[in-house]
Amino acid sequence: MEKIKVGIIGTGNIGSDLLMKVRRSDVLECGIFAGHNRDSKGIASAKALGVPVTYDSIRYIEENPDCCQIVFDATSAKVHLYNAPILQSLGKYTIDLTPAHIAPFCIPQINLDSAMELSGVNCVTCGGQATVPLAKAISEAADVDYLEIVATIASKSAGAGTRNNIDEFTQTTKEALIELGGIRNAKAIIILNPAEPPVKMHNTIYALANDPDMDRVCRAVARVEKEIQAYVPGYKVVLPPIFENGRITVGIEVVGSGDFLPSYAGNLDIITCAAVEIAENYARRKLL
Amino acid sequence: MSNIRFFDATLRDGSHAVKHQLSKETIVDYCEAMDNAGMYTIVVGHGNGLGASSLQVGLSRLSDREMLCTAREHLRHTKLGAYMIPGFGTIRDDLVPAIEHGVDVFKIGCHCTEADTTRQHIEFLREQGKEVYGVLMSYHMASVEQIIEQARKMQSYGAHGIILMDSAGASTPEMVKKTIAALVDELYVLVGFHPHNNMGLAVANAYTAIQEGARIIDGTLRGFGAGAGNVQLEALAALLIKEGFDVKQDLYAMLDASENIVRKAMTEDRALTDVSIISGMSGVFSSFRTQVLAAAKEFGVDPRDIFIELGKRKVVGGQEDMVIAVAQQLANPVSSDMESYMLESLT
Repeated sequence: MEKIKVGIIGTGNIGSDLLMKVRRSDVLECGIFAGHNRDSKGIASAKALGVPVTYDSIRYIEENPDCCQIVFDATSAKVHLYNAPILQSLGKYTIDLTPAHIAPFCIPQINLDSAMELSGVNCVTCGGQATVPLAKAISEAADVDYLEIVATIASKSAGAGTRNNIDEFTQTTKEALIELGGIRNAKAIIILNPAEPPVKMHNTIYALANDPDMDRVCRAVARVEKEIQAYVPGYKVVLPPIFENGRITVGIEVVGSGDFLPSYAGNLDIITCAAVEIAENYARRKLL
Repeated sequence: MSNIRFFDATLRDGSHAVKHQLSKETIVDYCEAMDNAGMYTIVVGHGNGLGASSLQVGLSRLSDREMLCTAREHLRHTKLGAYMIPGFGTIRDDLVPAIEHGVDVFKIGCHCTEADTTRQHIEFLREQGKEVYGVLMSYHMASVEQIIEQARKMQSYGAHGIILMDSAGASTPEMVKKTIAALVDELYVLVGFHPHNNMGLAVANAYTAIQEGARIIDGTLRGFGAGAGNVQLEALAALLIKEGFDVKQDLYAMLDASENIVRKAMTEDRALTDVSIISGMSGVFSSFRTQVLAAAKEFGVDPRDIFIELGKRKVVGGQEDMVIAVAQQLANPVSSDMESYMLESLT
């Protein structure tokens, strides 16, 4: 079967996990795995698998524009600011996994179709992918004055990019709650936990709500959970909606598929699953 | 002996003890009374710092802006300080406005193994010409070697000093001795210590830290603060005077403010309680106390059991959402597969 070629820029945790998922895809294949660090373990293992690799990062794509139609940017917010205009001029459909937020946000459960009409999208953050769909559903099912999410991830699963970008991470997650979730008054809190063995990704959503119909809220949460599970198998509501003292609380755990990092790294999995879902959808339309 | 800098966290850590409901009058009265008392800085705000007012850790009665502007108006001699934990607050939403409101000294904190999450914020504040200190919270949860490595990172980002927080009051004098001595040896910037009193050792531990070369003690009047409370600065000042230190702080002013202002702001006395002792013993951040007591009542379980369970799970500051999960599990053992995940994490 014919496949659409993708380029992956950034060979850290996220890039390496993307590569493993792309290699399993029936519509995508990796045309180039691009980094710049000579010591990159990601490049060494990709090379061993026979994947085309380069140390020239985005320059390779500029010089060999036919190597891919879709580009995943898994570098950092700062580097993406440099890459974005180049990818735009090359006409590559760009899926940005950094918290740079130049292109519009895409969370597959919410706006996959409209993302296909654009020249590229931003994948928000792992915390955003995990919580914005439920936040949106809760605020549509109840009269919510204020909503807040708390994303806790294992320190080991947060690579250098995430740690150095914690400020953009927090800010971008909040912006997605407002822009994509339609919540006027929102807050995002990010916690790193260094415990050994590492903790699974845990997210909590709190919403201040006026006299909510909890049956309706529970149905909405269950529906969204199912829709996300279609592309993130390890996504699970572990604390179903409860209402006390004027607030709704929901707890979510994301268990990773264990591709590049062990299963505690659900945060890695949820954003790479979302990115691959977007890419596959784009590729299927191209192949029609 | 040289002067020790007192970082006065009464109006910041004290917020924890009153569920972040500090009044404007308390801030005004305190700042007026303490402006000339020789504190190096008076830090004001929500207990978890800028941007932390939330359902997760508690909503503030006053906004960050109201607290900082009120304090600014009444501090002429003492530097105004603010605290922030990246992940709760951000540069754009919180640090930039705090600079506009006239904050002089910033403390940027994180769990003791996560120093690289403070790089952006420390570097930004240095670029803005601000005085900035790195704070490593719950230092008891890492080895001395790890603490040195993390402190060195903060030093390399430009921090003017590194403060270790004994967030759970879990320190023994030996731990303080070993850790502070090593840090003073390895760093070229100032070293500070922020004790809590869960096991009745806050003053003793502050004193040990000073003997090992710490030059900053971060504490509160009357011990007003999270959980069992902080090192009581007026008691420490008294001890330092007795030991012949060159004490620049005005002890009478501290004692008066403690009695006349802080006492009124406190909703309960600071005697060591069972819950305080257990939270120190289990090594759980003292600010979890409010959420634990509420969850214990809600789910009909013993708050001491919640603390012990949280300690086993090695929760860190900011993970207050785990309180409900643990309380629910203790109330309904083996009721869903959420529990099996959790039990699995304990094995």
